[in-house]
Amino acid sequence: MTLEFRAALAARTMDVSLTVGPTETVAVMGPNGAGKSSVLQVLAGLLKPDSGHATLDGRSLFELSPGTTWLPPHARGLGVLAQDPLLFPHLSVLDNVAFGPRSQGLGKVASREAARHWLGEVGAMELSSRLPAQLSGGQAQRVALARALATDPELLLLDEPMAALDVNHAPFLRSLLKRVLAGRRAIIVTHSVLDALLLADRIVVMDGGRIVESGTTSTVLAHPRSAFAASLAGLNVLQGTLNGPSLLMDDGVLVTGRPSSVPPVPPSVGGQDGMAAFPPSSVSVFLTPPHGSPRNVFKVRVTELEPHGDHIRVRAARLSADISAAATAELALEPGSEVFFVVKAAEVVLYPA
Amino acid sequence: MPALAPPRPAAQRRRSWGYTAVPRWIYAVAAVGALFILLPLMGMVSQVKWGQFLALISSESSLAALLLSLKTATASTSLCIIFGVPLALVLARAQFVGQRVLRALILLPLVVPPVVGGLALLYTFGRQGLLGQSLQVLGIEIAFSTAAVVMAQTFVALPFLVLSLEGTLRTAGQKYEAVAATLGARPSTVLRRITLPLVLPGLVSGAVLAFARSLGEFGATLTFAGSLQGVTRTLPLEIYLQRETDPEAAVALSFLLIAVAAVVVTVTYRVPKSPLRALLAGPAS
Repeated sequence: MTLEFRAALAARTMDVSLTVGPTETVAVMGPNGAGKSSVLQVLAGLLKPDSGHATLDGRSLFELSPGTTWLPPHARGLGVLAQDPLLFPHLSVLDNVAFGPRSQGLGKVASREAARHWLGEVGAMELSSRLPAQLSGGQAQRVALARALATDPELLLLDEPMAALDVNHAPFLRSLLKRVLAGRRAIIVTHSVLDALLLADRIVVMDGGRIVESGTTSTVLAHPRSAFAASLAGLNVLQGTLNGPSLLMDDGVLVTGRPSSVPPVPPSVGGQDGMAAFPPSSVSVFLTPPHGSPRNVFKVRVTELEPHGDHIRVRAARLSADISAAATAELALEPGSEVFFVVKAAEVVLYPA
Repeated sequence: MPALAPPRPAAQRRRSWGYTAVPRWIYAVAAVGALFILLPLMGMVSQVKWGQFLALISSESSLAALLLSLKTATASTSLCIIFGVPLALVLARAQFVGQRVLRALILLPLVVPPVVGGLALLYTFGRQGLLGQSLQVLGIEIAFSTAAVVMAQTFVALPFLVLSLEGTLRTAGQKYEAVAATLGARPSTVLRRITLPLVLPGLVSGAVLAFARSLGEFGATLTFAGSLQGVTRTLPLEIYLQRETDPEAAVALSFLLIAVAAVVVTVTYRVPKSPLRALLAGPAS
């Protein structure tokens, strides 16, 4: 009883395969243009891939390789909620929500009854007689959610549902989504790590039309493998070959750290691809190489300085360091400065790629 | 429908000052252009013999022509809606080879002289025409009948509706239609409950334009349908005929036609605000 999906689209260089369990919520994340929304559009039946197939609980949504089936959007039984609520401007809030049940063949009275139920679920009952033009952005998105839920979809597709909301409305919708997503199958495209943490069981990271990383939310954020996931988690991540308590990077630099416990690193595996991760706050910045062990020292050139909370984030190519404003001034850091980033081995977590 | 609109406060009715980039001399040229249209109308109105106006327009032949004009224009507007809506949908939404050529051909009646259109109809549906011969075998004769008047009017008026509606459909886009489909609505349901209500303003203004064009049709009607009182002689034909024998009646009837057309055109400017535009104007807080 799962969703199985694979689709390839040459025009957008997309090639993705995905499985979603019956009550699972998967967050699809990745840089702009990674093909996240295309995945949802293919699933909804609004974009046709060159090849692929999708099966929802044993029911085929499309099958494009040998035999060709392509269910039209109205026969797929999916709910879609996009960034733009897209409420039908000529229908009242109640009739917007009743539109789905009515299209499924329910009578006028019964579908309005269903609409009232779902408006109640999202706390928008008092808006039922208004027109969409009379709603705020947050209200409209709540109504759009009720409208998507009113068809009782087997799979809910959420495409950056909070992106257009201001900071005051997003938390309300997020907690609402958390409530309605429990026990439902959903795919949520989002840029916010908070959405992924609170709403999703699993994260799938896409880049350039492909899935570059996937795993449970906690694993992906604790041990990111892709550059994008590393930036989401706010970690410095280095790639190389694992060798006991150290990682040999491609440029010959050896990084020492402690092997991670989850997932367990098999003992004495020489030559396995691995990662080293450490938070920017564990990095100290020096003008001359310090002595003392066991420490990792990286000679870098500062590229950017930017405020980050109550610290200054010093960026140097792939690495970042968070240091105090006073320390930044004392070191007279500016873009172009040659400095040494120093990390204690105990702060570095090593894990296989 | 101004009667139904809630009364707006005076402050809101007065437009607030906003920068416009129109140079002053443009207003002078625009005034000349407006006068070019308005002066001939005033010239004609000045010739109307108001004392005998009612008598002039209520002669048997005039009333027959007016009635025929209204009947045929209504019929051809209905035909324009029946065929124009699907045509506009296909042109705006579907993608197929030859779409641009089809659009160009369908809009041809806008630029072809109506007399030429009438001839084309005659050589197709006339007694000796392409389809006319076969139709005659079936006992159907179209040319020089009221049906021919309706066909001539539909021929010249259809592009107005298609053009107006296609533009509205393109502006409206397909976002709402896609959402409706994901909610389980079949294409016919989407058309009935989403697409048509959203483009209703464009459909209404297109239909009004088509009606006005049908009402004024002269060349194609005369060529294809002739000028038989009560059967094919519409108001424009009657005016042309009266001009020879009774110029005062021609002027009175012309004024009547202008009045009807003016009412019709005014209606297009009273089209209720599009729900799409209302949405774009932003949520009322």
